[in-house]
Amino acid sequence: MAARAAQELEDGWYVNLGIGIPTMVSNHIPEGVNVTLQSENGMLGMGPFPLEHEIDADLINAGKQTITELPQTSYFDSAESFAMIRGGKIAMAILGAMEVAQNGDLANWMIPGKLVKGMGGAMDLVAGVKRVVVVMDHTNKHGESKILKECSLPLTGKAVVDRIITNLGVLDVVDGGLKVVELAPDVTAGQMAEATQATLV
Amino acid sequence: MTYSPAPVTYIWREINWGDDLVNKVYGSAAEALDDLLHDGMFIAAGGFGLCGIPELLLNAIKNAGTKDMTFASNNAGVDDFGIGILLKTRQVKKMISSYVGENAEFMRQYLSGELELEFTPQGTLAERMRAGGAGIPGFYTKTGVGTVIAEGKEHKEFNGETYILENGIFADLSIIKAWKADETGNLVFRKTARNFNPPAAKCGKICVAEVEEIVPTGSLDPDCIHLPGIYVNRLIQGTHEKRIEQRTVSKG
Repeated sequence: MAARAAQELEDGWYVNLGIGIPTMVSNHIPEGVNVTLQSENGMLGMGPFPLEHEIDADLINAGKQTITELPQTSYFDSAESFAMIRGGKIAMAILGAMEVAQNGDLANWMIPGKLVKGMGGAMDLVAGVKRVVVVMDHTNKHGESKILKECSLPLTGKAVVDRIITNLGVLDVVDGGLKVVELAPDVTAGQMAEATQATLV
Repeated sequence: MTYSPAPVTYIWREINWGDDLVNKVYGSAAEALDDLLHDGMFIAAGGFGLCGIPELLLNAIKNAGTKDMTFASNNAGVDDFGIGILLKTRQVKKMISSYVGENAEFMRQYLSGELELEFTPQGTLAERMRAGGAGIPGFYTKTGVGTVIAEGKEHKEFNGETYILENGIFADLSIIKAWKADETGNLVFRKTARNFNPPAAKCGKICVAEVEEIVPTGSLDPDCIHLPGIYVNRLIQGTHEKRIEQRTVSKG
């Protein structure tokens, strides 16, 4: 999924990668494609994890992991960071989800009755960036679809998702439902339809 | 009636620019905070996770025993570091934060109803601080429209899109951490430790900054000041633990 998501990146883009699978996208960026990664705690040009001797407590990503800088790196404060997000300067965000609905509603920040950690910058990102790509498992551990007609969990954003990349394939949010753009290797259209509660068009 | 200005004598070279400035440098965090703390106060704090947090000032607030405080801070620290130390001593009444995931004591107090929590999206929190500091009491944003965050807030259409009204933050006190300061409070931050420190600094009635090094006025390049000294009322220098939350490394 991370490898497939990396194909979404275009040369010259500024992008924000969420925590988890989206972070792994940076390991699969195609050759010849130069993207600048934004970290919403105040950095453009995020580099790889440091070597042991390079670890710097003042240099972390939005997941609080130690990272490194690159020759093109710039730093700024949190208000500036979200000004560029809200202002539509970030071409794309790739993030995880608990549920996505066919109209592009996204739920990824809280499960009522369970521990609530907070939305962090997710609501700002999905409301502000030009294109939102979600990377997620198609079904939960009970085999139930996470690609729904309507989200049951509290939303992170309303009608914000453009594309969904799952273990079964790639779906786009279009008028009237979701359009299957690609099937993952060895996945049939029947399997995709079966695992998807949302309307496929 | 015509206005005739009085002749001006240009004497600026004779004025002692700088030497008569108020002394902003204090000997310790406790001294810098001495007359500023009171129960029930509202504090804006810089930092992201444990990075760039005003650890010395937080310690001094713990020792001062100030109670029923509200903190606007992106995170709540961990159990034994950052704002977490004030949760342990039950000095915090309310948190305004975007993410509080790394703190077990926080969760215990929140779930038992002892601690109030106002979740604010991270960018909205940063802008609420910036706006407050810039004299802007409210602003419209798309962030959170159609979510629980928007409930009870004014909605307004601009160019066919819906926005919600968010309020600027006006705090009693700002506590922040920077890398270097000159004696007039001009600040320079280092790498991603800048984060919420500048917006937090701006939204308080008074701002106390802790830094790793205070250098003589004139030794910082004026073109490279991140936060002008006008925003900084008091300064202390100290040694920082700078704890790392997630130590991640590349293999060779």
